[in-house]
Amino acid sequence: MNISIFDVTGPVMIGPSSSHTAGAAKLGRIARLIAEKPFKKVSFGLHGSFADTYKGHGTDIALVAGALGMYEYDERLSQAFEIAEKEGIEFEFYKTELDDMHENSVKITFTFDDGTQCSVWGSSIGGGQIKIARINEFDTEFNATAPTLIINQYDKKGVISNISKVLFDNNINIAIMKLSRTARGKNACTVIETDGKIPENVVTTLRKVENIISVQAINV
Amino acid sequence: MSYNSIQELFNLAEERDVPLSQIVLETESALTECSYEDIYNEMERRYEVMKSSAKNALFESRKTAGGLIEGITKTHYSYTLKGDTLSGDFINKVMSRALSCSEVNASMGKICAAPTAGSCGIIPSVVISLQEALNLPEKEVLNALLTASGVGAVITKNATVAGAEGGCQAECGVAAAMASCAAVQMKGGTRRQCVNAVSISLMNVMGLICDPVAGLVQVPCAQRNASQAVNAIISADMALAGMESIIPADQIIEAMYKVGKMLPMELKETAKGGIAHTPAGKEIFSRIFGK
Repeated sequence: MNISIFDVTGPVMIGPSSSHTAGAAKLGRIARLIAEKPFKKVSFGLHGSFADTYKGHGTDIALVAGALGMYEYDERLSQAFEIAEKEGIEFEFYKTELDDMHENSVKITFTFDDGTQCSVWGSSIGGGQIKIARINEFDTEFNATAPTLIINQYDKKGVISNISKVLFDNNINIAIMKLSRTARGKNACTVIETDGKIPENVVTTLRKVENIISVQAINV
Repeated sequence: MSYNSIQELFNLAEERDVPLSQIVLETESALTECSYEDIYNEMERRYEVMKSSAKNALFESRKTAGGLIEGITKTHYSYTLKGDTLSGDFINKVMSRALSCSEVNASMGKICAAPTAGSCGIIPSVVISLQEALNLPEKEVLNALLTASGVGAVITKNATVAGAEGGCQAECGVAAAMASCAAVQMKGGTRRQCVNAVSISLMNVMGLICDPVAGLVQVPCAQRNASQAVNAIISADMALAGMESIIPADQIIEAMYKVGKMLPMELKETAKGGIAHTPAGKEIFSRIFGK
């Protein structure tokens, strides 16, 4: 048996739908962790079934709750709109077509104080599970079920070797690694799923590595 | 030592003469590297969530999108408390609790999916009502939940628990199979009777479609939570009485999966068939979504 009983009797969540509510909240929360910086506005481009049925399942409320950092079992979830307003965070929804993406998908765009933006594309794939498919211009794929490092770097020789050395020095095993780039020699994005938690000092050390632009750790 | 079918789970427990829950506990511990204590604690945390969701709509109606099931629990529980019912106090309490979980879920309240959010009322209503009726210690309920979860894990692995893939039989039907097995264990039935309860309850629900009005997890989901909780109880009684399933549980699970795949997409959560697609159902859709 390779299925945990708590994936059967669970998750503990705010209803009504594991895919349209719990998965949506998780998408918002993981996207916020990827965006990392404080933001003043968040927009949600809804695709497929998310666009058609979001109101009845509270998908919109759950997405905002997640973007505010709430977990899918947080009982304040249903008041997410009011809480966002109190915190002075703007939010908006629009219908969109995201090419070739799962029925339950969303593009989440954060706008920061300095006017810059970060976009995350993701899907709710059932049972509260999610998949992140794209971060800004980079295609990727991870489920946020294991600790994950998201690194932006210049596409130069030796960067990956330096990253893996830092992880090796800190006794962290790489489970899955995905690399994508916009064009040769330009920017690249590395997503690494690890077997153990990623401590803060590893993130700090990685940020100092030559040719690395940014590093975020998602410890699920 | 692990299991991938109901038969294997049963055999492992028979060989060592332990309850099915013991095999489920040991397998979970090996899989997740968590101690038995951690597993019991986590299950207890989930049981607490089940108890509150089974109670929170009994006395107060909850606001739901479109209001399709607002107050149905309170109405049913008042009727139950009057003590003048057809199917008796116990069955009506089971139904009230199942309805409560569904109403809490639809109102964006906290629930424990078991195995899904849409079917979150069946296992709680059965085990809570049996704990009360049989006056059982908490540990026995947690063991029953372990057994139910092991059955659910087998069905998730070998078939499906998603309405979009298998219809309502895969959600509420599987919940009934899990609950029925738990019920037999709580009543002190044999391992064989536990397995027979899985078979009988799934037989009873074979082919049930998923046809949510306006696509919302309300009607007929709440009613199906109540009726499948009752299916779990009566199937457990048939098994406890000594009824043998002439078809093995694993074959019934496979049949359920095949039936699910044969169902057209209109009958699997899309709200394009069944009661969702009646004139009244379509009118409700237009009222809520304005198209």
